[in-house]
Amino acid sequence: MNPTDAGRRYFLKGAGALAAASTLPLSLVKLAFADAAQDFTFAYISDAHIQHIEGTKFVRNWDRGLIRAVAETNLLTPKPDFVMFGGDLAQLGSKPELDHGGEILSKLRHPLHSVMGEHDYYLDLGEYWSKLFGPHHYSFDHKGVHFVVLNSVLTYDEWTFNRWPTAEQRMLEMAGLDNPNGSPFMVGEKQREWLKKDLEAVPKTTPVVVFSHSPLQKIYKGWNFWTEDAEEVQAILAPFEKVNVIYGHVHQIQYNQIGRISFNAVMATAWPWPYPATYAQAESAMPVLTVPMNRADPFFERDATGWQFIDMNTGRVTMKFNLYNNTNRVVAFNPATGRPEDRDFQDPAKRIPPQDHY
Amino acid sequence: MKKTAQFMLLAAGLVGAALAAEKATPSPPLGLPPLPIPADNPQTPEKVALGKKLFEDKRFSATGDVACANCHEARKAFTDSPLHVSEGIRRLNGTRNAPTVVNAAYFDSMFWDGRSPSLEDQALHPFLNPVEMALPSHEPILAIVRTDPSYATVFEQVFGKKGATITMTEVTKAIAAFERTQVTGDSPFDRYSFGGQSDALTPAQKRGFDLFVNKGRCVSCHLVEQTQALFTDNRFHNIGVGINDIQKDVPALAGEFLKAKATLAEVDKKVLADKRTSELGRFAVDRTLEGLGAFKTPTLRNVAVTAPYMHDGSLKTLRDVIVHYNNGGVTKKDDPVNDFLSGGIRPLNLTEPEIDDLVTFMEALTSPEYAGLPSGAGTKAEVKP
Repeated sequence: MNPTDAGRRYFLKGAGALAAASTLPLSLVKLAFADAAQDFTFAYISDAHIQHIEGTKFVRNWDRGLIRAVAETNLLTPKPDFVMFGGDLAQLGSKPELDHGGEILSKLRHPLHSVMGEHDYYLDLGEYWSKLFGPHHYSFDHKGVHFVVLNSVLTYDEWTFNRWPTAEQRMLEMAGLDNPNGSPFMVGEKQREWLKKDLEAVPKTTPVVVFSHSPLQKIYKGWNFWTEDAEEVQAILAPFEKVNVIYGHVHQIQYNQIGRISFNAVMATAWPWPYPATYAQAESAMPVLTVPMNRADPFFERDATGWQFIDMNTGRVTMKFNLYNNTNRVVAFNPATGRPEDRDFQDPAKRIPPQDHY
Repeated sequence: MKKTAQFMLLAAGLVGAALAAEKATPSPPLGLPPLPIPADNPQTPEKVALGKKLFEDKRFSATGDVACANCHEARKAFTDSPLHVSEGIRRLNGTRNAPTVVNAAYFDSMFWDGRSPSLEDQALHPFLNPVEMALPSHEPILAIVRTDPSYATVFEQVFGKKGATITMTEVTKAIAAFERTQVTGDSPFDRYSFGGQSDALTPAQKRGFDLFVNKGRCVSCHLVEQTQALFTDNRFHNIGVGINDIQKDVPALAGEFLKAKATLAEVDKKVLADKRTSELGRFAVDRTLEGLGAFKTPTLRNVAVTAPYMHDGSLKTLRDVIVHYNNGGVTKKDDPVNDFLSGGIRPLNLTEPEIDDLVTFMEALTSPEYAGLPSGAGTKAEVKP
């Protein structure tokens, strides 16, 4: 079979799965991946932003988002092989936040892998996070796929170590948006060296999935939808035939293809980005933002948030977004165009019109 | 803005049609939109009278003593208040509180979980449900309407059908036509909001209305629009009632349900037979995560006279209902919040006087037809140890 035929076969199977998944979100659709024993799925929860108020009080909205995603992930049948948490478990990196978030995540009935977010990192540079969730960067192999987890939220040493009088202020400065005192995210030279070594032994035909918190591509610097050394990291990944980068941080669906690298963003369980000015009817803990989102029901806090399950049946990531108060969506690699696409969304008739009144 | 503009266009288009149809269909009561009537089931006085007779006929049950009207009693605003859950054949209990027929004509779907798309379809199911009227099939009904002379002539007059040509289609069309006559508006709230009568509400009720649309967040699901109010969004929400009792068993119950691949007719039997399955709510119909523990938003018209409340009748008074919402979707303040709770349900920080005002406002939603019935408001003044 030539590569085009193989691609077409996967495409058709993917299309079937799409229809089934939208009617039966509890049942992952079983797809052929060469050897049936190698089929697997995993779930991805991200950006919970658990926020401590005082004592035992935490922001209820963020708690509910993570609790619900965990409870729903536990209902998936067949079971996902593991769950990724994509970073920003905490809002300001404190022990109470990481402990509280960790407690909610402990209800997961599946093995958990975690990615570092800037909100987890910049208070104590990931020390307490590491005690709970392990190393900042690592790799593992699972059923023929090589998974890499990077800490992509590092920045210049001068900014991290020499600029701020307190750790708390450092955390707050990095948490700000459009902040002139902020600093761009990066993977950094040391970790890039590690990545090169890690990938040396991996055959170029092995599907590679990289998890990072920030996009390993440059989208918008002011909100750190950005990784300063993205091109260098991409160059390390470029020789592999099938590379998938999955990132959090942006709280919205994004997808892109650069060379052989497919990029997919995941939803947050906390809040959508951007969101309308009217999203918060009452006083809330939402960060101040100036750009309105074109929809999101101001009443239903879960609207425009969600989580996702992912199948790896073609060695490419197929993202299935579980979206509250909305139509579930699927972003899958389309071999015909060579890039990830939301095929349903291509049809203008199927798009949800923007909300222009509140 | 957009909604209003669309409505006005629609209204302008309807004027012509409305004038032509004026004699056949009376204009809706104050506060309600024009009555939606299916093209294949027009209203006629004869059909409505036939529907009423069918609705009240106890012979359409295994024991000959349960009619539709048993649980939807006209003098109780078409409910079986004060029962928590309905009592059917041989005094067997179902799992759900009888929803009123009044204004059901405006609902997009029927039953608490919306498992039926229309009044016509809905009327088919209670006849066969083992805890309601418990017939083995619809045949005994057809045998009666085909042979009983008091039915035969009317069916021929209304549908031009007699004998074996009469089917459940005609029976349910007549019942639905009768149910579509049970529409009531013109409550003190309607006279205040849509009738320009500024003294139709008391000061406490006016404060309650303000809480209803603002701090209480009620209006987000119990819709009130510029020119009408159905007090429902016709959607399904998990508000933390019932599902809390089965929280730990949701994976097992939901899993079993998916495996069984039940048809909607089977769903009808399962959910009324087993309380635990019942609490899955909308999930039993749409099988989505969003449907877990979710039930249809009921209208609030005449709500003060239809106690008790919620799909399982678990809350005794309107005050209990407000307290449940005020606690953020839990009946007792310190109970755990349901994992699948719908977004939008959160603590409201209403004060005691504010809760009283809201309850008093809901008493202003009673139409004149039911004004004399006992109130289930449970305002503070009435609650005495």
